[in-house]
Amino acid sequence: MKTNTIETARGCRVRVFEAGRGAPLVFLHGAGGLLPDNPFLDRLAARYRVLAPELPGYGESSGEALLEDMLDFALHGWDVITALGLQRPHLVGHSMGGMIAAEMACLAPGSLDKLVLAAAAGLWIDEHPIPDLFAFLPFEYAQALFHDPAAGEALLTGGLDLRNPDALMEFYIAHTKRMGMASKILFPIPNRQLSKRLYRLTAPTLLLWGKSDRLVPPVYADRFKSLIPHAELQLIGEAGHMLPYEQPDAFVAAVTRFLG
Amino acid sequence: MKFTWFNLMPWPYLPDDFRERYRSVWVDIPNRLYDPEKGHFLYHRYMDLLEYADAVGFDGIGVNEHHQNGYGLMPSPNLIAAGLARRTSRAAIAVIGNSLALYNPPIRVAEEFAMLDVLSGGRLLAGFPVGTSMDTNYCYGQIPALTRDKYAEAHDLVMRAWQSEEPFAFDGKYNQLRYVNLWPRPIQKPHPPVYIPGGGSIETWDFCLDHDYNYSYLSFTGYLRGKKLLDGYWERVAKRGKDESPYRAAFAQTICVAETDREAEELYAEHVSYFYNRCLHVYLGFADAPGYRTIKTIQANVLNALSAEFQNLFSTLTWKQLVDDGYIIAGSPQTVRQRMEEMIKGLRIGHVFGLFHIGNMPDWKARHSSKLFAEQVMPHLRDLWPEWRDDDRWWCKPLPYRARPEEGLAAARQDARKPQ
Repeated sequence: MKTNTIETARGCRVRVFEAGRGAPLVFLHGAGGLLPDNPFLDRLAARYRVLAPELPGYGESSGEALLEDMLDFALHGWDVITALGLQRPHLVGHSMGGMIAAEMACLAPGSLDKLVLAAAAGLWIDEHPIPDLFAFLPFEYAQALFHDPAAGEALLTGGLDLRNPDALMEFYIAHTKRMGMASKILFPIPNRQLSKRLYRLTAPTLLLWGKSDRLVPPVYADRFKSLIPHAELQLIGEAGHMLPYEQPDAFVAAVTRFLG
Repeated sequence: MKFTWFNLMPWPYLPDDFRERYRSVWVDIPNRLYDPEKGHFLYHRYMDLLEYADAVGFDGIGVNEHHQNGYGLMPSPNLIAAGLARRTSRAAIAVIGNSLALYNPPIRVAEEFAMLDVLSGGRLLAGFPVGTSMDTNYCYGQIPALTRDKYAEAHDLVMRAWQSEEPFAFDGKYNQLRYVNLWPRPIQKPHPPVYIPGGGSIETWDFCLDHDYNYSYLSFTGYLRGKKLLDGYWERVAKRGKDESPYRAAFAQTICVAETDREAEELYAEHVSYFYNRCLHVYLGFADAPGYRTIKTIQANVLNALSAEFQNLFSTLTWKQLVDDGYIIAGSPQTVRQRMEEMIKGLRIGHVFGLFHIGNMPDWKARHSSKLFAEQVMPHLRDLWPEWRDDDRWWCKPLPYRARPEEGLAAARQDARKPQ
């Protein structure tokens, strides 16, 4: 994928991965950011014009101090779309990106085409508390995020040799920047009252969940479904929270079928 | 030199296999391990020790704030300080301190500290820690990446409230108050001396220098490691063109005094071990929330005393290593004198926060150690900074004539008597 850097009206500099032609599809990444390899985006690019912006604090995007709360994050999403000159794109959000996409869609329901929420954050059910990813030790991430943690571990680090102190420091700083940014909308409880606003959502919506999601378990998909009655729910087998990475074929097939 | 006797108030009844059975002494330590009936006696024992320190001549007595833990039992140090203000009359009362970002609105801190200053007759030293990540982020739910911004705003509000003589409106990002109007106001003018405890965030240095606050380094890895950090601080002081008064800096140190070096080990080793192995047994996932420390601080590679490396090390340290490597200063009065002088000069500090009650130490040992220190160590260290002898910028300025509530119950219980 090619990349270019845009500047939003607020002043954030945002790196955007882009590939393909067709209807614009904006993909919003989760709290961990885009991984070194994102094969599901390449496959979606066979059919759509895929644009994957990185949030400030992630990758090479900057201006994180300009975004402090949920409203800032949601407006920033629209600022990026404006800066890219897109009209009514599809929004596909994964995890924290799903939370942001849902907020964006509630703010401006007529400004998007279709909405896909994959393992979206943003709700809280007392009986099913979401594990505290801000208190995870490094080895716990793969366990919580993947159906197959061993395979997931390799995806997370992208083959980086963390025994090298410099590589470890670099990884640690990038991780701290990402999670520090994510903490603004996910800490200590990943709930910024999205449930009060979901009634505004009019776009056709697909809820896509991994059956083995241990971070935001499928009971959250049911809660989203009850709050967005017109949404369609699809579960993917042998997939955890990182379903786009763990089952890219099934993920792309489901998204493509829904978006048309 | 000024010596403040500090009590962390640990829970001394953690089981022997605490490390193996529980993942953390902080945040999610099961509170069934806390026994409120034992706690009743413990608070009074701990407060008695602080009062004893006043009686044997320490310059200050100190308390601090921590939450949901077995390391220190003062979610509200102000409550303890209020008790101390009634039963002591001489020592400074060092509340090091209140974590500003945790109070909503933080005007509460301005009020309670003003109350303490008035109650104690102007003996308050006011500490404003950001707070540990365990306390601030995991226990009190503050967003790590916004904690410092919220702290800075709260600081501005408190300082303005203390000094203003007219009501004012405060339009902050985290606090909006139409009428800020402090009743009571503090005795000390323009405000009580301010201490900023730092664990190693380098931004804190500039903050202290911008406002001329004392920088207090609190670490349990001892003065030999503390030197690297304080050297950095003094370099910053020089670069900013500030005077190099040692009273700009304080250091917290575990101190154990006995009649002889050998007696020190016999009396205190088990309690020091309790402290390092149980009181500092913090789950690594709670030690440093992402966004709590700035990237600049992480890049400066400042040691985190709660890192896996240190926690593993703590569990293997022998008494000899603890002493030789300067984690603790322990031994006969003569040994302690010599090591203290080395520390004070090496770090260039005017204030020592001495930790004399350690872990599960019984009272008598804490008294024994404190008394030996007060009588046989402290007098020899008083005048290590003769050229700065008159520098009282960071010390309290009590009223010359003060009420003496500590002088007994009889006066309080007397019947009405018409003044003659």
